[in-house]
Amino acid sequence: MAEYSALALLKNALTGNRDWKPAWRKPEPKASYDVIIVGGGGHGLSTAYYLAKEHGITNVAVLEKGWLGSGNVGRNTVTVRSNYLLPPNTRFYEFSMKLWENLSHDLNYNVMFSQRGVLNLAHTPAQLDDFARRGNAMRHEGVDAELMTPAQIKRLIPAIDISGNARFPIYGGLMQPRAGTARHDAVAWGYARGADRRGVDIIENCEVTGFLREGDRVVGVTTTRGDIRAGKVAVAVAGSTSHVMRLAGIDRLPIESHVLQAFVTESIKPFLDTVVTFGMGHCYINQSDKGGLVYGGDIDGYNSYAQRGNLPVVEDVMSEMLAMFPSLAGVRLLRSWGGLCDMSMDGSPIITTGPLPGMYLNCGWCYGGFKATPASGFCFAHTIARDEPHELNAAFTLDRFHRGILIDEKGQGATPRLH
Amino acid sequence: MSSRRTETGGGRIDRSRPVRFTFDGVSYSGYAGDTLASALLANGVSLFGRSFKYHRPRGVLSAGVDEPNALVTILRGEVRNPNIPATMVEIHDGLVAESQNRFPSLAWDVGAVNQLVGKLLSAGFYYKTFMGPVVGPLRGTRFWMFCEHFIRRAAGLGRAGRMPDTARYEHVNAFCDVLVVGSGPAGLSAAKAAASQGGRVILADLDARLGGSANWSDETIDGVPAAEWAAAQVKDLKSRGNVRLLPRTNVWGYYDGNTMVAVERVSEHKERPNKGEPRHRQWKIRAGTVVLATGALERPLVFPGNDRPGVMLADAARRYANEFGVLPGEKIAVFTNNDSAYGAALALKKAGAAVVAIVDVRPDVSPEMRDLAGETEAELLAGHAVTATEGGKALSGIKVQRFDMQGGSLSGAERILAVDCLLVSGGWSPVIHLASQAGAKAEWNDSLQAFLPPKPAQKWVGAGAFNGSFSTAAAIVEGHAAGIAASGGTAAPLEPPSVEATPCRPEPAPVLEIGASGKSFVDYQHDVTAEDVRLAHREGFVSVEHLKRYTTLGMATDQGKTSNVPGLAIMAAALGKPIPEVGTTRFRPPYAGVSIGSIAGSRYGDLKPERLTPMHDWHVAQGATMQPAGLWWRPQIYGHPGETVEQAYVRETKATRGAAGIVDVSTLGKIAVQGPDSAEFLDRIYTNTFSTLPVGKARYGLMLREDGIAFDDGTTWRLGEQDFLMTTTTANAGKVLQHLEYYLDVVWPELKVTVTSVTDQWAGAAIGGPRAREILAACVTGTAVDNAALPFMGIVHGEIAGVPVMICRLSFSGEMAFEVYCGADWGTHVWEALMEAGKPFGLVPYGLEALGAMRIEKGHVTGAEIDGRTTACDLHLDWMLSKKKPFVGSAMMNREGLTAPDRLQLVGLVSLDNRPLNGGAHIVEQVDDKNPRNSLGHVTAVCYSPSLGKYIGLALVMGGKSRHGTRAFVSDPLRGRFGPVEIVSHHFFDPEGSRMHG
Amino acid sequence: MLITCPYCGPRDVSEFTYQGDGNRQRPAPATKDLGAWNEYVYDRINPAGDHNEIWQHSSGCRMHIHVVRNTLTHEITDTRPARGGHPASRHHGAKS
Repeated sequence: MAEYSALALLKNALTGNRDWKPAWRKPEPKASYDVIIVGGGGHGLSTAYYLAKEHGITNVAVLEKGWLGSGNVGRNTVTVRSNYLLPPNTRFYEFSMKLWENLSHDLNYNVMFSQRGVLNLAHTPAQLDDFARRGNAMRHEGVDAELMTPAQIKRLIPAIDISGNARFPIYGGLMQPRAGTARHDAVAWGYARGADRRGVDIIENCEVTGFLREGDRVVGVTTTRGDIRAGKVAVAVAGSTSHVMRLAGIDRLPIESHVLQAFVTESIKPFLDTVVTFGMGHCYINQSDKGGLVYGGDIDGYNSYAQRGNLPVVEDVMSEMLAMFPSLAGVRLLRSWGGLCDMSMDGSPIITTGPLPGMYLNCGWCYGGFKATPASGFCFAHTIARDEPHELNAAFTLDRFHRGILIDEKGQGATPRLH
Repeated sequence: MSSRRTETGGGRIDRSRPVRFTFDGVSYSGYAGDTLASALLANGVSLFGRSFKYHRPRGVLSAGVDEPNALVTILRGEVRNPNIPATMVEIHDGLVAESQNRFPSLAWDVGAVNQLVGKLLSAGFYYKTFMGPVVGPLRGTRFWMFCEHFIRRAAGLGRAGRMPDTARYEHVNAFCDVLVVGSGPAGLSAAKAAASQGGRVILADLDARLGGSANWSDETIDGVPAAEWAAAQVKDLKSRGNVRLLPRTNVWGYYDGNTMVAVERVSEHKERPNKGEPRHRQWKIRAGTVVLATGALERPLVFPGNDRPGVMLADAARRYANEFGVLPGEKIAVFTNNDSAYGAALALKKAGAAVVAIVDVRPDVSPEMRDLAGETEAELLAGHAVTATEGGKALSGIKVQRFDMQGGSLSGAERILAVDCLLVSGGWSPVIHLASQAGAKAEWNDSLQAFLPPKPAQKWVGAGAFNGSFSTAAAIVEGHAAGIAASGGTAAPLEPPSVEATPCRPEPAPVLEIGASGKSFVDYQHDVTAEDVRLAHREGFVSVEHLKRYTTLGMATDQGKTSNVPGLAIMAAALGKPIPEVGTTRFRPPYAGVSIGSIAGSRYGDLKPERLTPMHDWHVAQGATMQPAGLWWRPQIYGHPGETVEQAYVRETKATRGAAGIVDVSTLGKIAVQGPDSAEFLDRIYTNTFSTLPVGKARYGLMLREDGIAFDDGTTWRLGEQDFLMTTTTANAGKVLQHLEYYLDVVWPELKVTVTSVTDQWAGAAIGGPRAREILAACVTGTAVDNAALPFMGIVHGEIAGVPVMICRLSFSGEMAFEVYCGADWGTHVWEALMEAGKPFGLVPYGLEALGAMRIEKGHVTGAEIDGRTTACDLHLDWMLSKKKPFVGSAMMNREGLTAPDRLQLVGLVSLDNRPLNGGAHIVEQVDDKNPRNSLGHVTAVCYSPSLGKYIGLALVMGGKSRHGTRAFVSDPLRGRFGPVEIVSHHFFDPEGSRMHG
Repeated sequence: MLITCPYCGPRDVSEFTYQGDGNRQRPAPATKDLGAWNEYVYDRINPAGDHNEIWQHSSGCRMHIHVVRNTLTHEITDTRPARGGHPASRHHGAKS
């Protein structure tokens, strides 16, 4: 398949763009594969890509229930950052950041990764100390972080309200300059094309309906397009984790599925050049290249598989956004949507072998899975290929909850709605 | 400019009330009732805006909310409201509108250069390029970021302001039995039927004038013109006490439990809002049943040059002529795949336009339509199609060719017709958005070439064109039935009214695109062409969601209202599959763009309540610097002129430790725990025992979460056998109450205990220091306060300045100290009495900084240490863990992860370079300011300790206790502070507690 | 979403706080079986379908209620006081 480049674009323009080929094939499923990945979202696709690229395992199928990338990879607010407090998270997400920094070249697909910075606003002195703690934790792991003063913040974001009259005055902020945004769909498509070019079969409209077993061991799946056998079956289905794992007889997991809403306004001329988060509540906002303000807030806070939220959170998010940017009151919300979040009991992910022989599990991304896409796939591929975790996901075990070795970034305990 | 206003007609405008407004700095006049679009059209304006990508000149396509082209920015002073469809703006005197996405002007826009490289800018081109070099300064993602900088500046439509919006936005809750959305014939009929059943009815419509299509349809209903019929229905509804009419209201969201959200444009059509009137009002309507009578939207046809100003939806043109008395053109042609456009042609003919031709893709046109074409005196070109348009920024002509509907091929000679307006109709799409939001999938109807509403997943019924019933008589009958059904009634079906209308069969020909060379637009605003859709197909982006995402089809401000079905049709043709197999779009809120301000209401300026203690005004009057602490405002310092913060708190601390200090502790959480099982309950909740606590004594308690992590601490006072007053940290007051309530209600409902938040009922002052007892003795009456009457942790009741008070002798500062509580309303009174009594003893008020300094000296923990990750052992509070009873958290607190030797533990720090420490700094064994690494933990709290004469701090450090007496370094690269510290016990000051025990 | 509080009547969801899976049974306080405690605190059925859950009417009467709610449609089919104890086992929600 042809490389993408400016030259290719020019050549094709001259021939009326008639010679472009599908970005990935649409093959029929084979009877068996070395590895089956259940879930054609960002993490499933990147896992397939790195299985092929890093481990030479190309006899791989990615099975997607609907259309490729129909889950959270296409529903998030596109923020990429590694500004975590706890070392297992900081290291993992920083590795992801490094993969992001070269991802467009690696995939030969412009995922539009733009390091426009992520700024967390602090509204009390205690919060600023907290941010300093996190920023210093990042610096001690080799991650970039800076504290900003209100005046610096005003220079960066002229429309922000830093007046002392604001209900929540801004005491400063924590900035990660290398953080930023990427084009979410491009990540799914880029990985799909990259995996496909290395021989991976990406099979859409193929829902897994059960698991084939030999004794304890998982040896394949039953699907709406027939049975498919595999040496290894990996599950990366985010919000549907409990549902799919129940098909394998795993009845309970440290996961709740919640709905998170996201919002975008109509296109406006450049207004906000960085990603900014509000500290007295939960609201994060960035402006897309097309000009829409993309933003979100808390999860609705109850179990849901509906991909549809309710009004109270909508009102909260709009209020918090205007608390930061009172000039936006007249700008219009254009679209809202909902995604399913696989909320884990400590807010951190799970990438592990098991829980059954022949099976591998990747879940618990809460609402932060997008930025993890490269590292999650990289580490999951390693775990599948080697039957042991990479050092970066060694802490993301399934048994850590029962053992009390929690990675609780927010210190909220087993209350998923608060993570 | 020529006037396009007709001599008569235009039921909506008031020709006796001229209105003056400006567009792009030019002054125009229209009439009251005009929209900006109708008024500008009347003035002969045809160029309204520029498209997103190619900056092509664009006119006005529609007459309503579906408008993709004619977007303007409305200015009110410095406040800018961008991207408003001119079709939805009601003009008023002084209205200022400007066009957008053009430079330097609408007529001469340099961005139009993009059209020259249109082929390069095909769908998704940006995914294939801009990756830049692999090495060098623009490696990685930097080349993209460099390009992106320019792309961002070129993108975007209108410009948002940076000055705070001064308009008001407000929220209203409403409840009704039946909410009718849409006020066309179906909606009016439904509202009337529902109202007759006696229930509460709300009728809402997007438009300023109720009546919907009746206002411009040319039909008669029961012998009177439809517009008159509608006006009579509205008048009837208005007269009923149980009906509320909401014109100018966009019902935009269908949420669970029939919670409907709407925004009413209250005052933006006025030159000046009335006093107190908001710009927008959000209605949150809880409806028993919803009647969806939202009508249908006309679709354009896709053919080369279909975006030239002067190409307009047929029904929109009819509407401009009939409702506004405006002719969108003088020499018009019609291009259609269905019957409905013939009626529009006739309306324009009657209004004074010359109809040059009716171009119909269908070879066989019914005799009725041939008669209608004859009435318009137009040439009927059946089996023909428009293949191009001519003109610059305004239409001057069209090219027509013979068209074979089956194969889609063109043949024969090309004819050029000179026209200044082309009416197009590609059939109709029912407005099913709200039904889709409510949770079910739309169903494709092949004969109507449209998605019809799904079966209800919530409580709604549909009527009229929404259901695909396009005749007015059917709409009225269905509306009536829906209104009755929604009210739970069972009245007989309505006799169909007599409707006189031009004949019209609703089924369009299944043709939405004419394949000829040239740019054919599907999504006007985003410049998505038919070729782009086919490119998406070629590259495998074939499902509807991939199509939308890859080409941005339907993602513009009009949300694909006109482009969705044509886009699907082109993809379906490319795939050789029926349309439903491409997929259906799930519509999501909002139906049409809605101001963020309206959703936030009046909340954003006052996002969360401000909590003030009863003594707040006193603190402010004394010059205290107030500081936010969660929702509370608390004194940071009571600074003297010229003092730094550090000088102030050091002075306050020294005064307290030297004589006496007083601090406002009203913010502490206070929970009354009462009932026969209170002591048992507290034994289960706290790690230590409270059942053994005598009445009149207090005890320090620690709570864990169920998972064994420390949760909160505080003192609990036993006021009576069955009566406890629990105090919590300020930050956790709400969470602790919820925790207690959960266990009482869900886990141990058999316990007879009630818990009540009394935080706001008590004012509290902590007075401490060597002279504190003397001060109390000087002002407290009704009780002794000596050691016998008031021992450590004892409680007494008395009076201060005539006000009953409760005093407990406990200490956070490490001094001999007392907490004095009184009724909140008496807080300042008692506080002032204490200050007065303390004067001779040197009593000073102190703030959070001094409070912090003294607690750090004592090694007391707060939220910075009880951070949701630390255990009792980590904080050296394991002495509080009872071994005699189970308590919340006891079963899980000893799991391997919670007892690991490398956990962070609480220690004290002493700065060895005599410089201040920073909260949030980390601790390392070896400093490396260039490459900081190997953090051992972090600093949780810092101060200058007047007692030690040193800068000290508390920290959570790996293997903390074993490091006592060792040297380490603070490492704070964020603030450039590195320096040596000694790790010590967290008990810096008076570790035996001799001062507080006195 | 409207939740019918058995004490107060139908109220908007914004008046309530979600308290999670109502199928979970806290082990007897003296239970030493760590597995039972871990299951209680961490493990969830998380069904796609009817879910038995607990909500607190936190901006109302502050009582806790058992709610049976479909997680696919958000439809609520049963609410009752949490004090009545665990509702009948018909709502385990394991089927979906």
